[in-house]
Amino acid sequence: MTAKTMKLYDWVDERLGLRELAAFARHKTVPVHSQSFWYYWGGISLFLFLVQCFTGVLLLVYYRPGAEAYESVRQITFVMHFGWLIRSAHSWSANLMIFSILVHMFSVFFMKAYRKPREFGWLSGMALLGLAAVFGFSGYLLPMDELSYFATKVGLQIPVAIPWIGTVIANMLRGGPDVSEFTVQRFFALHVVVLPAIFVPLLAFHLWLVQRHGNAVPPSEEEKPAAERKSMPFMPNFLRKDLAMWLISLNILALLASVFPWSLGKQFDSLAPAPAGIHPEWYFMSPFEMLKLLGSVLPGESGEIVGMLLFTLGIVLWILIPFYDKNKQSGQRARAAHYFGLLAVFALLATTVIGYWTIR
Amino acid sequence: MSELTNSGTIVAENGERNTRRAFLAAAGAAGLCYTAALAYPIYRYLASPEEMALSATAVTEVTLKDAQKLPAGSVLMFKFGTAPAMLIHHEDGRWISMTAVCTHLGCTVQYEPQADRVHCACHGGVYNPYTGANVSGPPPKPLKLFKVAVNETGVLVSRA
Repeated sequence: MTAKTMKLYDWVDERLGLRELAAFARHKTVPVHSQSFWYYWGGISLFLFLVQCFTGVLLLVYYRPGAEAYESVRQITFVMHFGWLIRSAHSWSANLMIFSILVHMFSVFFMKAYRKPREFGWLSGMALLGLAAVFGFSGYLLPMDELSYFATKVGLQIPVAIPWIGTVIANMLRGGPDVSEFTVQRFFALHVVVLPAIFVPLLAFHLWLVQRHGNAVPPSEEEKPAAERKSMPFMPNFLRKDLAMWLISLNILALLASVFPWSLGKQFDSLAPAPAGIHPEWYFMSPFEMLKLLGSVLPGESGEIVGMLLFTLGIVLWILIPFYDKNKQSGQRARAAHYFGLLAVFALLATTVIGYWTIR
Repeated sequence: MSELTNSGTIVAENGERNTRRAFLAAAGAAGLCYTAALAYPIYRYLASPEEMALSATAVTEVTLKDAQKLPAGSVLMFKFGTAPAMLIHHEDGRWISMTAVCTHLGCTVQYEPQADRVHCACHGGVYNPYTGANVSGPPPKPLKLFKVAVNETGVLVSRA
């Protein structure tokens, strides 16, 4: 550094404490072992979220919620230069983000990275996944084409099964007894204001926890004596690899978005019949199918309610896993949690396959 | 390291430095190309309305249907391309059309028949309603006149 840049650095450092930050970054390390590959998936999810923010703001430049929603998306897709690409990138990135969050979650689960002291990391991560699903559901309606109309109609029928307050909740979400321009207006507010306002601070908390506790190592590594464990410095070694993964993700996204552009269906018509072969997005296929299966296995009208209770119970158990499997030793609870994870993966995959298999 | 007497080492080191420089230059160029490939669609996307407006300003004439019925002493505001313009039917029967964008800071001007002037409310600019000449106030230039042709179905306004 020349004397001048050094002086500038000193000036900023005195006010912002750059040297402290640099020292902090130098001491941060990332464990190296056979499962290190899974450490990238949180970063990939973060990157895809940033892509969502960026492309989302670009769509916001021309999107008009309410009665004109479909027309404005048609304009973005067919009139504005490269509008199809921006929209396609937003949709593809949303799907890839959900996918990478799921990979991140299962890798954390099977590495048992939710154990003490990382319970809050697991809980905030689950909340972020839940919010991402609501992001996906609310964003899916915004173009107001046939598919999004019926997907939202069916999706909002599920809370109706809740006894007593189900209809009230559904009407509150819809802004009336049916999906209409009021629905798209409030989903828009949810999608671009409410959800980001909750998601961003929660994400900051999640990332802060990663800084505080560092990366967890799988039990097989934990058994090794400290001298045998390997690690690499975060700055610049891991960061460089992280950024390389981001670049690969961006390239895959660009390829998918341009080669398989997201289509826009016909404008919704509340009198038209549902199009043949309509089905939920892939990340809602499994819960949808589970509810359907449980509803058909359990007899009577209460079947639907019992199905929903069982399903909710499964999710609650999944969320509370750090408080069940908390010991470092690989005892009976650790094995039970592992099987629970395998069961969850199997159930997810199986119901997704059945769901796609039975599309009429 | 240059104090080394073995000249071979220095040559090898220089060669290494050169390939390193070439690599960095290539990486930088690739990075620039990549960024440009990302930035270009975004620029075109954001510039779309501007390009649409540009094709609209290419308009050379506007037909105002039924405008021949405009009573004397009144004005008709219309869009010539993307900019507001006015068609004035004077009391003496003359038809005058000019741009309605003030040459000072771009406000839309107004024809005032009782004062027989074109007035800009923003900063008090005044124009002649027959010639478009800037009469008083801040406007630095006159308003541009259009050619007017009146027939039985409407009025044809074209670039002078």
